[in-house]
Amino acid sequence: METAVANEDAARNAPNSTPQSGSATPRVSIAVDDTRKVRTLNVKAAVDNLSFYYGQHRALKNLTIPIAERQVTALIGPSGCGKSTFLRCFNRMHDLQPDTRYEGSITLHPDNLNLVGAGVDPIEVRMRIGMVFQKPNPFPKSVFENVAYGLRLRGLRNRATLAEEVEKALRGSALWDEVKDRLQDSALALSGGQMQRLCIARALATTPEILLFDEPTSALDPIATAKIEELISTLRDQVTVLIVTHNMQQAARVSDYTAFMYLGELIEFDEAAKIFTNPAKKATEDYITGRYG
Amino acid sequence: MSAGGAAAYLSSEALRRGLSRRKILDQVFVLVGLIVMIACLAVLAILFIDLVRDGAPRFGWEFFTNFASRRAERAGILAAWVGTSLIMLVTALCAVPVGVAAAIYLEEYAPKNWFTAIIEINVTNLAGVPSIVYGLLALGLFVYQFDLGQSIAAAGLTLALLILPIVIVATREAIRAVPKAIREAAYGLGATRWEVTKDHVLPYSTGGILTGMILGLSRAIGETAPIITIGALSFIAFLPQSPVTSEFPFISFAWLKDPFTAMPIQMFNWVSRPDQAFQANAAAAGAILLGMTLIMNALAIWIRYRFRKKINW
Repeated sequence: METAVANEDAARNAPNSTPQSGSATPRVSIAVDDTRKVRTLNVKAAVDNLSFYYGQHRALKNLTIPIAERQVTALIGPSGCGKSTFLRCFNRMHDLQPDTRYEGSITLHPDNLNLVGAGVDPIEVRMRIGMVFQKPNPFPKSVFENVAYGLRLRGLRNRATLAEEVEKALRGSALWDEVKDRLQDSALALSGGQMQRLCIARALATTPEILLFDEPTSALDPIATAKIEELISTLRDQVTVLIVTHNMQQAARVSDYTAFMYLGELIEFDEAAKIFTNPAKKATEDYITGRYG
Repeated sequence: MSAGGAAAYLSSEALRRGLSRRKILDQVFVLVGLIVMIACLAVLAILFIDLVRDGAPRFGWEFFTNFASRRAERAGILAAWVGTSLIMLVTALCAVPVGVAAAIYLEEYAPKNWFTAIIEINVTNLAGVPSIVYGLLALGLFVYQFDLGQSIAAAGLTLALLILPIVIVATREAIRAVPKAIREAAYGLGATRWEVTKDHVLPYSTGGILTGMILGLSRAIGETAPIITIGALSFIAFLPQSPVTSEFPFISFAWLKDPFTAMPIQMFNWVSRPDQAFQANAAAAGAILLGMTLIMNALAIWIRYRFRKKINW
């Protein structure tokens, strides 16, 4: 893995808000094989030397990965390798459990917020970083209320604005046409795939900076899965996506970058095309070709 | 050899033979279960029918509108059912908020440590404390220490104390039935603990909480020992003061300090009289009390059914 942080490009490409000169949004270019061009992208979140502990057990070991802005980064690896644990560091879900501890940092750009910093409020982090879970988990409320809930939490009360935002989020998750006539019906009446897209809409409604997906299709049939994958591919235009998946084909189809983890460590990180065609490490190749895991 | 041994059990002949034997056992269990259930229901039904038959001469509007009397055929349960209703009101208003709040704290907020564990064990144990003990506690605490006297307030608080563990345990069960995934969804959107509780956990567990409340109240309604201990009167010929007054501020809480009687007390009083005629009154009052309990339980089941239908995880 070769990452080159090109600070000289930052001033040109970073959005207007660069707090101070030293904290410009870093950029990453990932070298690929000769047939492809090198792309240089903004880093949305820089994971630096991140370790995570459940009590005494060290579940994540010194992870360092750049998460490219408006790209899909997939985390793959055998069960228990820590990919979900890693994902849940981004929105501080672990803080709901007692006796957990982070070391290192996840720096959110452009405003240089350390997501796992001790002084950072986990609720603020969760307001900025959305999550879609393994099993569709809509609230047993109406379709409308599900999508509106995040905005209501943020204090939005105006009915017209809420309706507008709900429609936008539902269109964004390719669900609007299916539910526009039953916004007031219970979300539990939807099919599994629709529920999952509703959960995506619920997360999108608050325009998160990063959207986390924790094996979003493992409870769905192949058709619903295809729809979600297509949706994730289109989402990269508006949000940075981080997805955990057990499915190699899925990772290859939807992701731009792929990280292979094993036993809490990062084994290899590169462009998805490179990982799935010509991995640098033997362990990655073995896993992708199904020799273990 | 061992493989050959197993083969004897795996031939289609043996499978069929074995299956019919296992199915007979299945049928036997169904039969036993049915008999036991019918026996339980029959006992309740016979009791209820017996009470209704014995009390039949007393049923009528006047039974509800007459005070207790020295003459059995004129004696009614007016003071008793009004007293019971008011006590239940006080009990519900005290036990439910406190019990639900305690359950929420234990489930959603309390850190899991030895202190919480001790509280949990104690709550469960409190449910098993004999009701007479609550009566003694209430006599010392509410009647004398807080100087509430032998009043509706003291009785309501006593019974509230008695059903508090039931409400807490039922509420915790209901709260625990809300899936973790729902909580995570709300936390994931940036909700605080209180927002998760108020917007999700409580609304989705309302059915279970109401069921627990009603089961608690139907336990309290028949309790006799603790309210005898705190000094319920058994012969009372007046109603508590009206909660609504003609003068400003139109609402009065004076009834809380009034003496009272309750359904089980009235029943107990009639049963212990030598005059046979009063046995009919006791039976009629018993049938009404049992009917009230059954109605409350039916209500609990109906509420649970309504909520289950609406929220199906």
